[in-house]
Amino acid sequence: MVDLKVNIGKLMCKNPVSTASGCFGYGHEYDDFLDVNRLGAVFVKGTTGSNREGNPYPRMAETPSGMLNSVGLQNKGVDYFVNEIYPQIKDYQSHIIVNVSGSTIEEYVEVTEKLNVLDKIPAIELNISCPNVKEGGMVFGTHCPSAIHVTREVRKAWDKSLIVKLSPNVTSISEFAKAVEGEGADSISLINTLLGMAIDARTRKPVLATVTGGLSGPAIKPVALRMVWQAYHAVKIPIIGMGGIMNATDAIEFILAGATAIQIGTANFIDPAVSIKVLEGIEKYCDEQGVTNVNELVGALES
Amino acid sequence: MKKFVRDFELIANKRINREYYLLVLKSPERLPEMLPGQFVEIRIDNSKDTFLRRPISLYDVDMDKQLVYLLIQEVGKGTRKLAGLKAGNSLNLIYPLGNSYSLPEEKAKVLLVGGGVGVAPFPLLAKFLKQNNVEPEFLLGFRNKELLVDLADFEKYGKVFLSTDDGSAGEAGTVMDHSVLKASSFPYVKVYTCGPQVMMKAVSKFAEELQLDCEASLENTMACGFGACLCCIQETVRGNLRVCKEGPVFNTKDLIW
Ligand SMILES: Cc1cc2nc3c(=O)[nH]c(=O)nc-3n(C[C@H](O)[C@H](O)[C@H](O)COP(=O)(O)OP(=O)(O)OC[C@H]3O[C@@H](n4cnc5c(N)ncnc54)[C@H](O)[C@@H]3O)c2cc1C
Ligand SMILES: Cc1cc2nc3c(=O)[nH]c(=O)nc-3n(C[C@H](O)[C@H](O)[C@H](O)COP(=O)(O)O)c2cc1C
Ligand code: FES
Repeated sequence: MVDLKVNIGKLMCKNPVSTASGCFGYGHEYDDFLDVNRLGAVFVKGTTGSNREGNPYPRMAETPSGMLNSVGLQNKGVDYFVNEIYPQIKDYQSHIIVNVSGSTIEEYVEVTEKLNVLDKIPAIELNISCPNVKEGGMVFGTHCPSAIHVTREVRKAWDKSLIVKLSPNVTSISEFAKAVEGEGADSISLINTLLGMAIDARTRKPVLATVTGGLSGPAIKPVALRMVWQAYHAVKIPIIGMGGIMNATDAIEFILAGATAIQIGTANFIDPAVSIKVLEGIEKYCDEQGVTNVNELVGALES
Repeated sequence: MKKFVRDFELIANKRINREYYLLVLKSPERLPEMLPGQFVEIRIDNSKDTFLRRPISLYDVDMDKQLVYLLIQEVGKGTRKLAGLKAGNSLNLIYPLGNSYSLPEEKAKVLLVGGGVGVAPFPLLAKFLKQNNVEPEFLLGFRNKELLVDLADFEKYGKVFLSTDDGSAGEAGTVMDHSVLKASSFPYVKVYTCGPQVMMKAVSKFAEELQLDCEASLENTMACGFGACLCCIQETVRGNLRVCKEGPVFNTKDLIW
């Protein structure tokens, strides 16, 4: 038996496999495909202070080994989450983690305070890295003083586990990792999508209505691995790694680079049961490699 | 409705015309209920230049023989890859996806207006209508007679009115120019439409003027196909809805388009 339990800061997870925000709905969209209860955690869609309709159509472009999206945080707002969605999903045996998003520091704090009263939300993931909203979002994640400021204010409003989700659209990921660690983040998750663009040469138009969007999928994996590895060497808090994970081998690479846990995003769209396959694959790898506790692999990259 | 992911066996890949082909796929087990207007998401295997699945409507379903029929137009990388598949190949599908067309309030004649590969959901819809004592008739538009589909698949359910852009089959012009829409009386209680958006909008406007119910099946760029990514939204009077989940079939009076 392999011990798969991991601690993401204060948060104990039964295994390192979780699903990424914006890619797994609220969990129940996947009930037909897998037993959601087996996941370490489910990161639900970015939640803002009030209803947001998101960006205009088209919002998606397929790109080589990946996709661009410009969904723009479409969600019904935190009150709707608390009153309508939470009662439906609170009984999952996996941790439900809310991705907290906003345009202003006040909005981030407001969402956080409203979630604070929910027993079954043991952690929030502070999304300071959404590339698809005009104000806020990534601005907080790409300007270090802003990242510090928002983490500080949210930290005051939240005493359970605080995960800060970093943007890859920066020169030095270590700088941001250290900065939010300094403000009391319990862990960091990375990477969010990379800012990208697709053009239709025939029509000479951008494919996305918003022109630019967030790139995800295997195309970003090398960048994500590099950033996880750099962050691992910069901070002491645990890291949740993601970006292009399609199978167990990809997940193990992230763990070797320094991730304590991983999230799977875009891959769910192609194989909605992929997360369970990754979980089983990690267990099998450990068995084959004589690893009895998955934590032995964290940052175990040999040079 | 519970969704499934299964490997189907390709029984036949029939060329319909220069651009269209029909895949006949056998399910490994009894099929669940599949409704007209619903679609499947096909995984494109061994294809380096595609990444996501491709959404394709149900053309027909044979519950007894456990067969699914898909009418596909070659437009790009994925549909070209599928065109090359041979009997015996296996194909992974997620199904059944999306909502479905609804019955008219009155059990009378209805008109199904389709353009090009947009006629794809109609055989299954017509079968369903017939089973519910509704009489379907079709108004189908194509570019020219070389690009027609197998009309027998439609004629077995009801009368087919045809139009081609160049007049090489049926009446000349678009479906909107067809005499069936110009006649002094319009004997239908509801209109169903699928095809290019400009056509669907014109059909919807036509139905609206006659104060008839109209349902349209929309397309959109989809990443997941089952409601998880919010990439496929359509603006409606009820806010942005997912074409893959609350759609693809919408009552046209709800659409902001
Ligand atoms: C719910 C739904 C049901 C569908 N049913 C059918 C069907 O029964 N038969 C059928 O042939 N097609 C159907 N389509 C359209 C089909 O999914 C696309 O044609 C297909 O995904 C194109 O893939 P490709 O790799 O060949 O093209 P790509 O190489 O991806 O693109 C080639 C060209 O096609 C255009 N294109 C790509 N996707 C779409 C799309 N979704 N709608 C319009 N244009 C597109 C691109 O802009 C590009 O110009 C349906 C789409 C939806 C959303
Ligand atoms: C359609 C889509 C929507 C997303 N929505 C969010 C979101 O609301 N909040 C967030 O923090 N990240 C969001 N992301 C980013 C993912 O959580 C993840 O960081 C990124 O996609 C990289 O992982 P992947 O390559 O496994 O998808 C979204 C990604 C996609 C593809
Ligand atoms: S395609 Fe993902 S929600 Fe519709």
